[in-house]
Amino acid sequence: MELVCPAGSLPALKTAVDNGADAVYLGFRDSTNARQFAGLNFNDKRAAEGIQYAHNHGSRVFCAINTYPQPDGWEQWKAAVDRAAALGVDAIILADMGLLDYAANRYPDMARHLSVQGSATSYEALSFYKDNFGIRRAVLPRVLSLDQVRGVARQSPVELEVFAFGSLCIMAEGRCYLSSYLTDESPNTRGACSPAKAVRWQETPRGLESRLNDVLIDRYGPGEPAGYPTLCKGRFEVGGSVYHAIEEPVSLNTMDLLPELQSLGISAVKIEGRQRSPAYIADVARTWRQALDSLGRAPEEYAVKDAWRSTLSGLSEGGLTTLGAYHRKWK
Amino acid sequence: MMKLSLGPILWFWSKQTVFDFYGKAADWPVDTIYLGEAVCSRRRELKPDDWFALARDLKACGKEVVLSTQTLIESEADLRRLRRICEQDDFLVEANDQSALQVAARNGIPFVTGPSMNIYNVATLKVLARQGLKGWNLPVELGKETLGQLIDGIRDEGLDLPAEVFAWGFLPLAWSSRCFTARHYNLPKDNCEFRCLQHPDGLELRSRESRELFRLNGISTLSGARYDLMREMPEMERMGVNTVRLSPEHQGMEAVVRRFDQVRRGEVPQTDPLQLVEAPPCNGYWYGRPGMDLVG
Repeated sequence: MELVCPAGSLPALKTAVDNGADAVYLGFRDSTNARQFAGLNFNDKRAAEGIQYAHNHGSRVFCAINTYPQPDGWEQWKAAVDRAAALGVDAIILADMGLLDYAANRYPDMARHLSVQGSATSYEALSFYKDNFGIRRAVLPRVLSLDQVRGVARQSPVELEVFAFGSLCIMAEGRCYLSSYLTDESPNTRGACSPAKAVRWQETPRGLESRLNDVLIDRYGPGEPAGYPTLCKGRFEVGGSVYHAIEEPVSLNTMDLLPELQSLGISAVKIEGRQRSPAYIADVARTWRQALDSLGRAPEEYAVKDAWRSTLSGLSEGGLTTLGAYHRKWK
Repeated sequence: MMKLSLGPILWFWSKQTVFDFYGKAADWPVDTIYLGEAVCSRRRELKPDDWFALARDLKACGKEVVLSTQTLIESEADLRRLRRICEQDDFLVEANDQSALQVAARNGIPFVTGPSMNIYNVATLKVLARQGLKGWNLPVELGKETLGQLIDGIRDEGLDLPAEVFAWGFLPLAWSSRCFTARHYNLPKDNCEFRCLQHPDGLELRSRESRELFRLNGISTLSGARYDLMREMPEMERMGVNTVRLSPEHQGMEAVVRRFDQVRRGEVPQTDPLQLVEAPPCNGYWYGRPGMDLVG
């Protein structure tokens, strides 16, 4: 299985490559990709430098253009596909059907991967994208259980990439409008969820409060660890009780499942986090490289080492990890 | 005159409640009725044959009937139900996921798309038109500016793709494999005791400052405020919107339908504010603002 790592900047890209990424994925410095953060991502010059570095070291580069262009953005998004082609990336990661159609016709030889934002959760959906746009690979949404991944994998017409580690989206990606309901930006429209511009932190007599466009997302008691106010991970009131009504602030970690993922024929595991620092990327990439190498050497003896586990949980939201939907009991 | 539609029932109601609802809806001034379970695979108060029978009855009453499909398709059983709907050709199918696009196109069944289908540009509509698309819903997070550009684009391309706009009700905003109603009751999803039946208009989720944010509805999350584009009806008509969608609620729906009918006929309604499940109104998405906002 390939290790696919995030690259939000050139230093992060180099770090990922140096620490064993088989492929890195990046985006341009605008809202054509689903990790639009200030100061993050690549202009063409930086991207060219990164691609050369990766290729010189035997890694591949995927370019994510995985938000949904509206008519007044169409030319910009189309130009992003042209730029990726001119740069010679190894694959483009797309979600929008219109853009997939454009890329398939204009650049038939450039590999197309379906982004997780394409919401394909069944082999019929994958077949739709394969038949119409010739996708080579698809990234599966994080909502599927391992059993369901097995069902999809058995009949998938394309290579599959699954999320292995990082932030956990519990909603079907590409179809979640919670962020644009509270703010005016969503992953689909602007490549942003719970955007930083709408976040406000406030010390109050009741505790530290995090707000998103003035809506109270969470309030922390003294000593309680505070996390970024991703709106689905806040504490809210339902039926008289206050709790994490949608999702706990935990990260996804599927290292325990690697042997099963391999036996299902999964082609690649993906690390989330283009917004993360090079230091984070180094630790995560190195740890996953070790795990994958260990699996490759002796699959039947594979076991997650305590050192890997502690490195990863130290890097996780609230120090907690979960198998996510892969683990059915979790529901 | 614009058409009025009743979207699929997004909540979980008992079989009798569903039959009673459509029994009355047969006499309401709606042109199109979407039928079927679009949210949760565990909601099987009505079997496929019940839905088909209901569809034939409503068609006999002069309604255009469209069969809705599940939005989040996860299992082989989900696909079986989907295929069953796409094997008939008496009714149009509402595709709410790419799985449905594939199955409908393969079977040569004409289809329309619901508001969860990712249609953000004309190029996407062109792709789907080649597959058999007969009409489409604007994604709920898009507003009048984008809609206007899309309608212009459709005309420029010489396509015949009537647009429908979700104009009244709690907005479907997200779908998950996790069930938030079961979570509220500390029940596993697979043994949820069908608690959604106790919440015919969802479970209110509020901020700790009592602001109505969302409605939890099984695996789906809806807006906490009720989207209401009644005042925007004349504008929609000028833009060339074909159909205005009203999302079913278990109380007071007839009054809502009649009010929208009056407005589309240019008759200003004189009745008092509608007596419905209490919720604040919103219309932000239409104006390119946060969805929860109320403009005007």
